[in-house]
Amino acid sequence: MKIHEYQAKELFRKFGIPTSKGVMVTDPGRAPEAAAEVGYPCVVKAQVHVGGRGKAGGVKLAKNEEELKRHAGAILGMDIKGLVVERVLVDEAVDIARELYLGVILDRASKYPVFMVSAAGGVDIEEVAAKTPEKILMLPVDPAVGFWPHHGRRLAGFLSEDPGIQKQLADFLEKLYRLFIATDASLAEINPCVITSDGRATAIDAKINFDDNALFRQPDVEAMRDLSAEDPLELKAKDAGLSYVKLSGDVGCIVNGAGLAMTTMDLIKHFGSEPANFLDVGGSSDPAKVLVAMEIVTADPDVRAILLNIFGGITRCDDIAAGLLAALKKRPLEIPLVVRLTGTNEDRGRAMLAEAGITAGVNLDEAVQKAVAAAREGR
Amino acid sequence: MSIYVDEKTRVVVQGITGRDGSFHAAQMAEYGTKVVAGVTPGKGGQKVHGIPVFDTVAAAVEATGADASVIYVPARFAADALFEAADAGIKLAVCISEGLPTLDVLRAYHYYRARGLRFIGPNCPGIISPGKAKLGIMPGHIHRPGGVGLVSRSGTLTYEVVWSLTAAGLGQSTCMGIGGDPVIGTNFMDALAAFEADPETVGVVMIGEIGGTDEEEAAEFIQKNLTKPVVSFIAGRTAPKGKRMGHAGAIIAGGKGTAQSKIEALTAAGVPVADLPSQLPGLLKERLG
Repeated sequence: MKIHEYQAKELFRKFGIPTSKGVMVTDPGRAPEAAAEVGYPCVVKAQVHVGGRGKAGGVKLAKNEEELKRHAGAILGMDIKGLVVERVLVDEAVDIARELYLGVILDRASKYPVFMVSAAGGVDIEEVAAKTPEKILMLPVDPAVGFWPHHGRRLAGFLSEDPGIQKQLADFLEKLYRLFIATDASLAEINPCVITSDGRATAIDAKINFDDNALFRQPDVEAMRDLSAEDPLELKAKDAGLSYVKLSGDVGCIVNGAGLAMTTMDLIKHFGSEPANFLDVGGSSDPAKVLVAMEIVTADPDVRAILLNIFGGITRCDDIAAGLLAALKKRPLEIPLVVRLTGTNEDRGRAMLAEAGITAGVNLDEAVQKAVAAAREGR
Repeated sequence: MSIYVDEKTRVVVQGITGRDGSFHAAQMAEYGTKVVAGVTPGKGGQKVHGIPVFDTVAAAVEATGADASVIYVPARFAADALFEAADAGIKLAVCISEGLPTLDVLRAYHYYRARGLRFIGPNCPGIISPGKAKLGIMPGHIHRPGGVGLVSRSGTLTYEVVWSLTAAGLGQSTCMGIGGDPVIGTNFMDALAAFEADPETVGVVMIGEIGGTDEEEAAEFIQKNLTKPVVSFIAGRTAPKGKRMGHAGAIIAGGKGTAQSKIEALTAAGVPVADLPSQLPGLLKERLG
């Protein structure tokens, strides 16, 4: 789960991490009130879940109220990579001497929380990692042991030679680690953390992603979720216990299991078309899920044919058939449907469908080819 | 032979009184697995399908000599179940449950490794040595005893491939799903090393998917360490960047984890990568001669 910069900064303040002053507004008319708290000059920053907002014109400096109103008015409602800006952060403009990169990730490869820090802040860190890896220090911390002062000294020593700044950064990083573990974050990134001209370490940007699997024990994190920033069909799928991702093709697919669902997409492409979506109905055997899955896929106007691909393990083919028949009864299909049904209780499932005049295949390659051909005819 | 589990494995089912645990305990026992005990806190003394239930794994191990566990408890209790199994002397835990916080799995990973123990999963279908033992949720009837080892990050895609192997007359020594999460207890390299050491296994099918770099590391490992033929399939060639594809671990992030990168690494290591799962039995047969 992602949160906005202003929310990440609120969390930072809660954990005692020095952060630039800022106020979030949704209405350009309220921006001057916000500026009264942070002072001029200030920075107006679009709050969207996408990178590259600066280049897109979503970050502007305002020296006075007139500029502030103009920038806030222009940025609110702006479209950045398909997302409409509904909130801006009016943030303190800090006097910058140096820019650092500070990050923590849950690293899949080493299986530790790993600090990544660099004195080359304010730029694309992946580019730094690719071109000048020696400018980045990576340091794993064993969560069973925790963050100790030597971790802080090592990281801070890499970033600065000034003992006063080292001390601030070590403290900063320890608090960042505490926040990371306490909130079940999967990534916390400060790019940049600046050293001000009067020698203070301050976060002027903040990005935190959280582990979705841990939200059950993080109600405060869950409460920060911005539903307006998420795709409505993906949300509907999630509420029903499905995972759905919209893609750009015209063959819709409904599959049980994520690996098989991705494979089905790949086969659609292999046989000459493009998948309209990823949709995994999950491992359980609930007819209601098939019903919702059919609703979601048919709601996509690009879909020209639907492929239902089930290899029953836990999922029982008769339950799938019952769900499909219920969906068709509720809303008859106007586009072709190809069914591939095999595995647990397949005879019963196939018989139920046959009664309703639907032929279910067994072979995966054949079913995909049939669906691709049907979509082509429907174009 | 086979890897990790066989007819001697004595299994305790953690969460045996739940809906999934109870159903699959019966299925596993019916397959011939020695399911010797179940555990549900507060339900000690009961029986499920004739299997004695204990309050703790320690009590189950003491009374029945169980050495492996299968975990079917809800996500929020699953990490606790993993640590409990390790502390009770279980050598192999198979965590079917999905949705465990990554930080907990990561802690369990180091806890198990430091003690020389093993867990498979989480978020996996489990492991089966056909004709000997089944610790998991896969449909047993699609498997046949034989010489192909199979390791996969997926569930139903694994069944798809197993079924095509069986249909092509290729039986299996052991098939295991290692799970779709970003951090898992047993990875491709562990399974590949075990298959290489297993005299019954003659060739290996490895099924990967987008996300992480485990397939790339496995490719290097195969090149250096495997004498037996390996064939592969990678799911997710058409997956967009930055979107989680069902599995928590199936995501292309920061330019890493693309199907293309994995296919290139495997091909460079001399491992043929099938375009379609249905090509796998043929590819393997060619290499087995």
